[in-house]
Amino acid sequence: MSLILLIEQILNGLQFGIMLFLMAAGLTLIFGVMGLINLAHGSLYMIGAFCAAAVAGKTGSFLLGLIAALAGAAIAGALVELVVIRRLYRKDHLDQVLATFALILIFSEGTRWIFGSFPLFLDVPDYLSGPITLPGGIQYPLYRLALIVIGLAVGLGLYLLISKTRLGVQIRAGENDREMIAALGIDIAKLYTIVFALGAALAGFAGALVGAIQSVQVGMGEPVLIMAFVVIVIGGIGSIKGALIGALLVGLTDTLGGIFLPEVMKLFFDPSTATSIGSSLASMAIYVLMAAVLVLKPAGLFGARA
Amino acid sequence: MIRETHVNAFTLALFVAIPLWAVMADEPFTITLMTRAAVFAIAAIGLNVALGLGGLVSLGHAVFFGLGGYAMGILAHHAQTYTALAEWPLLIEGTKSMPVIWLTAIAVSSLAALAIGILSLRTAGVYFIMITLAFGQMFFFFAISWSEYGGEDGLSIYVRNGFPGLNTLDPIQFYGLCLALLCLVLVFVWRLAKSPFGLALNAARQAPVRVETVGLDPARLRLVAFVLSGAIAGLAGALFADLNRFVSPVMFSWQTSGEIMIFVILGGVGRLFGPVVGALVFVALEHWLGELSEFWHIYLGLLLLLIVLFGRGGLIGMVSGREAVHD
Repeated sequence: MSLILLIEQILNGLQFGIMLFLMAAGLTLIFGVMGLINLAHGSLYMIGAFCAAAVAGKTGSFLLGLIAALAGAAIAGALVELVVIRRLYRKDHLDQVLATFALILIFSEGTRWIFGSFPLFLDVPDYLSGPITLPGGIQYPLYRLALIVIGLAVGLGLYLLISKTRLGVQIRAGENDREMIAALGIDIAKLYTIVFALGAALAGFAGALVGAIQSVQVGMGEPVLIMAFVVIVIGGIGSIKGALIGALLVGLTDTLGGIFLPEVMKLFFDPSTATSIGSSLASMAIYVLMAAVLVLKPAGLFGARA
Repeated sequence: MIRETHVNAFTLALFVAIPLWAVMADEPFTITLMTRAAVFAIAAIGLNVALGLGGLVSLGHAVFFGLGGYAMGILAHHAQTYTALAEWPLLIEGTKSMPVIWLTAIAVSSLAALAIGILSLRTAGVYFIMITLAFGQMFFFFAISWSEYGGEDGLSIYVRNGFPGLNTLDPIQFYGLCLALLCLVLVFVWRLAKSPFGLALNAARQAPVRVETVGLDPARLRLVAFVLSGAIAGLAGALFADLNRFVSPVMFSWQTSGEIMIFVILGGVGRLFGPVVGALVFVALEHWLGELSEFWHIYLGLLLLLIVLFGRGGLIGMVSGREAVHD
């Protein structure tokens, strides 16, 4: 196990974690502001990826594809909020789970209807393809490095949006006291639509970015959604900082676990048993991490409310 | 408006009449569909103990359903390959006997429910939903990577397991067995809801502080409810696996958890027959809509959305005009 491999895997883990962060940030924001648990967040991720693949396939431009992903997911998010989601804020979590589960069925089958069951492919643009040599002579795919940078930039943008702008003040106020900000003359219904569309756009953006390294297909959103849940449970629901730290923890645990647990098992078992036990354990590692965090801090690392 | 007890009696009558008709008309597929409905109903009744009585929104009941399925799969697999399940510390062999398989399924899923319950019940609300969901995924991925028992492909059983005195290969006899178990579970849950434990659990959902002041521990009541709920879902899982003579990680998938929850909501949360009606309607929809369109999940989604947004108390609530028992 060389140092170069280790650094490569750490970068892979970071890249995965940053993409999870884009998903988790939207989920945690929507929960923090509106108190809504949104299972359909994975569908918005899928919609972003399909918009990007369709537009990039037609125009040949990856950048246009990304813009289409942001716009498509934001529009889908705003529409869903206006038609369905806003009727759910006053309902209990059970109704929210079911209604958003119903939305997943509708979105998944709808997408299958339009695009068929075969996966689409989104190509990495020429200017981001190929490996790059990092200091120390490590060869690493440029696109994955770009994902880390883009993700961090979006995270920074989100931080500035929430801490420095007027909209951010309203979002934070909405988390704390919705009656008060309504009394101060802020259109809370509009604010909710904007927050939901923002979360949707983040998910769609992540879907498009990841779509270029995996295939774009129906059902791609749900595994990511569940991992994003693990992230926000670990980070604490409603906390964007928690989402970032949780996402990096989950990304690193999952990636490094998949590589190193089989190796560690080889110290105790014969190679084929070790690989099988190691990979079983690795696939469970993030859930064990989550259980451990919960035992120590039931409200997550940075959660205010349980 | 029809009284709820009449709706319940009518549902039970359907469970008897439809298969009888199918036997006379020689429609074995209808019997299989009804068996499917009965087994789903048992799973959903299990979830309803946690959800309706306990107010615990678990999106991870596929764990118990899947464990029941794998209990059957593993025991029968060892029996049909004549290999021992474990040789040390004591010799455990596989079996093809349904009662043994059921008891194993119930024991294994109760233990899992105990462990998951102890961890998850430290939290409430959205956290609980997400954690149960995450535990479901944990078992799902474990089953996929467990290559000894088929991994992603699952396990097939050549011949359905046996029950003393019955020929389980005959669809109607296996159906009768499932229906008998469904009735047993219904009676058990009905008695449970009326028992001091059921009343305390109900109270713990509505007013936990009051329950605590009279000296009961709401957390413990919820844990017991969660374990009972998991045990019933485990039994259903073993039956489902026997019905298909096949188990796969799909039984652990979060879609399975979602579907079990749909059965409960479709029929009506917290109502004794809610899960039964829900499972029957779901299987009927699956069959008819599935024939109409390959994309029948869209219609299922729309129907579910309408029920959540506008229908109070599920189908039973809409028919009998009574508000949901669940608050």
